[in-house]
Amino acid sequence: MKTFKTTSHNIRRSPYQAFAAVFVMTLTFLFISFFTFLLYGSTKAISYFESRPQVTAFFRQEVKQADINNLKNDLMTTNKVASIKFVSKQDALKIYREQNKNDPLLLELVTADILPASLEISTIKIVDLAEINSKLKESPLVSEVVFQKDVVSVLTSWTNALRSIGLGLIIVLSLVSIFIMVIIIGVKISQKKQDIEIMRLIGAGGWYIRWPFMLEGIFYGAVGAILGWLISTGALWYTTPFLSSFLKGIPIFPLPLAFLFGLLGMEIMVAIILGTLSSFVAVLRYLK
Amino acid sequence: MIRLIKVSKQFRTGVFALLDISFEVEKGEFVFLVGPTGSGKTTIFRLLTRESLPTSGEIVVDNWDIVKLPVNKVAHLRKKIGVVFQDLKLLMDRTIFENIILPLEVSGINAQDGKKIVEEIMEKVGILPHKDKFPIQLSGGELQRAVIARALTLEPDIILADEPTGNLDQVTAMEIVKLLSEINKKGTTIIMATHNEDIVEKLSKRVISLSKGQLAKDTGGKKKDKTAVSQLSLKSDNIEKGNKKKGEDEDF
Repeated sequence: MKTFKTTSHNIRRSPYQAFAAVFVMTLTFLFISFFTFLLYGSTKAISYFESRPQVTAFFRQEVKQADINNLKNDLMTTNKVASIKFVSKQDALKIYREQNKNDPLLLELVTADILPASLEISTIKIVDLAEINSKLKESPLVSEVVFQKDVVSVLTSWTNALRSIGLGLIIVLSLVSIFIMVIIIGVKISQKKQDIEIMRLIGAGGWYIRWPFMLEGIFYGAVGAILGWLISTGALWYTTPFLSSFLKGIPIFPLPLAFLFGLLGMEIMVAIILGTLSSFVAVLRYLK
Repeated sequence: MIRLIKVSKQFRTGVFALLDISFEVEKGEFVFLVGPTGSGKTTIFRLLTRESLPTSGEIVVDNWDIVKLPVNKVAHLRKKIGVVFQDLKLLMDRTIFENIILPLEVSGINAQDGKKIVEEIMEKVGILPHKDKFPIQLSGGELQRAVIARALTLEPDIILADEPTGNLDQVTAMEIVKLLSEINKKGTTIIMATHNEDIVEKLSKRVISLSKGQLAKDTGGKKKDKTAVSQLSLKSDNIEKGNKKKGEDEDF
């Protein structure tokens, strides 16, 4: 209890240093939160695109249903296909009508006869798309193949790059936070040098002196994490309507509460580790 | 209780602060450590509390070999020795009560018990009315009492008082010595470093004289005059009364 009191006293006694420490921690955790949101969103987007039909094969007009079924069975036997959906001429017309319901002129011009039947195929792995694509192109039944590999692979490579850059920045920011915290706690230890000497002379053990400084580091880290999370979550909540309409159809928003509170818990844990580490380095360096 | 055997302390500059010092202090003794500035009085105290280590020799405090004492036991040693520092070493941003309770907090004694102990000690040394004041609000004599009170909180077997009367007027100095003598009467060993020859003469206790880091004289543990403390107290009261009277005369 006394340790907490001393910690609180130390923090209140030097508010500017406390503010600087909390500020740098807040900045670090603000970045961590935004980066996590971005990573979550891009992962969701990739899953979305991966779950969409990735290859669509349009059949020639004269192709019979039995031939289509044979091709479908052939593809299924490769064990690389996750799903195949047959879209008949009538289904194609329905989709066409739905997409152009506001344009009566376009609706009048089109009948089921001129629309091709198609197969919408998803593979288990993205790498197998190319093989399925070439197999369909070789088939005499197919007139055209639409292949979405590029969208997914571009998104995947962007996400990977984002992950590497983000992780690099998080490491750099965490190191900067640790250095700044070490300096701030070191200054505080130097300021209390005389008090520490007195406490030692009257019999205070090493940890009696160290604990308030350790707790101070943990406090700055935890407050920084909570503030960083609050600001980023607030910003996300504020921009959710805009982002939802911008990313129409991709089900990312709103982010689940469990994810947000899980992130808060994880950030507080990281903050405690960073705070403890910084304080420990400062204590080792300045309290010999 | 305290034994120094051929203790020397040489600084990095090559100067000897102490050279071949040997003496013993028995439990319950009151010993004056006298000598001019730089004679090594404070160095002896620093060695006894393991603030520094001797260059050679052996130091034993209460059966603890100070030289070989592991670092993790130093805090335990310091709890056994109450020190009245020459420069007081009070925490200026804490109240007198908070300063005095500090050794108890360090020892992990709970706040309620600690409060009771500290208030009793403050009452005994006569500074209870100042418990909520900060050091800067107290006079020199009151600060000395506060430091003595802090040294007493853990009921140490030994008290080392380094020039406790150094910056005090004669009346206050005598009151402080009287207080230390009363503590000594209850069995606490006291070593008091001082320049004040008047006090040393009046109290007639054992005197260890140092000169240039060497033992110049040791009068031994024999108590010459058992009534010295009461005489001193009488003298102190008379001087105080005299000063008060003088003050009253001046007021008129």
